[in-house]
Amino acid sequence: MLDMLQYEFIQNAIIAGVLVSFASGIIGSLIVVNRMVFLAGGIAHTSYGGIGLAVYFGFPIFLGASIFACGAALLMAFITLKNRNRIDTFIGLIWAIGMAIGIILIDLTPGYNVDLMSYLFGSILAVSDEDLYFMGGLLFVIVVIMSVWYRDILAVSYDSEYANLRSINVPFFYTLILVLSALTVVVAIKVVGLILVIALLTIPIYIAEKLSNTLASMMVYSGIISTFFTLLGLLLSYNYDLTSGATIIMVSGIGLILFFIVQQLVQYKNSVQ
Amino acid sequence: MPIIEIKNLTFAYHKQIILEDINLNVEKNDFLAIIGPNGGGKSTLLKLILGIENYKNGMIKILEQEPSKNLSKVGYVPQNTNINIDFPIKVIEVVMMGHVGHKRPLFGYKKEEISCAMGALAQVGMEKFAQNKIGSLSGGQRQRVMIARALCTHPEILILDEPTASIDVAGQKQIYDLLKLLNKTITILVVSHDISVILGYASKVAHINKNISYHDLSNTKTNFDNKDEHFCEVELLQMLNQGSDKSTKKGCSC
Repeated sequence: MLDMLQYEFIQNAIIAGVLVSFASGIIGSLIVVNRMVFLAGGIAHTSYGGIGLAVYFGFPIFLGASIFACGAALLMAFITLKNRNRIDTFIGLIWAIGMAIGIILIDLTPGYNVDLMSYLFGSILAVSDEDLYFMGGLLFVIVVIMSVWYRDILAVSYDSEYANLRSINVPFFYTLILVLSALTVVVAIKVVGLILVIALLTIPIYIAEKLSNTLASMMVYSGIISTFFTLLGLLLSYNYDLTSGATIIMVSGIGLILFFIVQQLVQYKNSVQ
Repeated sequence: MPIIEIKNLTFAYHKQIILEDINLNVEKNDFLAIIGPNGGGKSTLLKLILGIENYKNGMIKILEQEPSKNLSKVGYVPQNTNINIDFPIKVIEVVMMGHVGHKRPLFGYKKEEISCAMGALAQVGMEKFAQNKIGSLSGGQRQRVMIARALCTHPEILILDEPTASIDVAGQKQIYDLLKLLNKTITILVVSHDISVILGYASKVAHINKNISYHDLSNTKTNFDNKDEHFCEVELLQMLNQGSDKSTKKGCSC
């Protein structure tokens, strides 16, 4: 088992797994407590438009996806702040149109047949050094923002009406959360792919929420749990030659079911006593 | 100097007049109850006082300033305190949201802010629960925490919107007893449907249904005998308008 560690692509995959797990743990916590899971799903799929754009014009995939996803996040922030009704309809629209743009642009790219599957289901075994810098940089930015504005983000997430009364700029922080979600989604696509990214942003977070007293501890637990699932999934996918993204999600899903069972048993034991 | 001074306030929303020619003075140490039907404009008046909505006609002054300039002098307890019960947040963190966000450290909270929040929790008798998760409290306890959050900035006036809407009867009485106690040092304004409870505690009542009618209860006999300990608005208005004339009292149908 240890011999797999000598390969550079495995080393990169492990570092990427840890970086993305903590980024998605922190941002996923914000997405879950702000009830933005569907919004994050919309951003994830819209970012495929950015992948198509990057392929068509020949610039880096991460850059294209990031710009497109941030654009989608800003658009959704604008719409949701303006008009709280029909949010789900708008998210659905942006979701589908973004993906359609991506597929058509890739069709139009002459002589280039990009591996669609690697974006749908991730390619953690093909992480380059540049990808790692991008992921590390993003995690650093997220940690700095969360440290400096923790109390504002906490107030906006818990009770935005009251935060507004305390002269906190609610639209700014709401938009900030969405933009950080967009960037996190883009790096998570590399690990588990855009179809499965929502699972990475919710399963470890759901478990962590039950174990935490504070938003900060929820973020840290999410990161740790997510790292465990990601590395275990990576190990299994390497040993049994399975698609890495799908294996990571299956491990997470089974972990969640086991957590449910243990939770019920503990509750049952407490009620008997 | 009145705490809140409202003169000739008229407010319309989409050309529909919600509030018309409101005049109201809230004096120091008043316990004012604002009652009235749903859609009568109670919440709108609160929003105007809190500076959430902007008015065009008339005048609102809080301690002789525009509402938005005196945020820290007004403590506000919103209506629905059962939001986000699953949210991973400690009681003390909820209370510290009350601090207005200026002069703050780069990371976390200042020591004074923490001791101030603990003081506010002690005022409402919840200091033992500071480290508990907010979702583990009962409705009444959570409401106390929200009151502590409003007390955090040492406000001159405490404004509560339906403070007992989601609390059982025993809890309601405790909340009003607490408000009575706080009223010794702080002015209180409560919006409520719950007239039976209000009557024992409020010193003044304003009824709002587009227009305002205002009653000073401090000289009114409030132990109005009723069998089921429940007043309805009709009875209250009868009592206020006709003083001690008991012959007009009819059975409550609401």
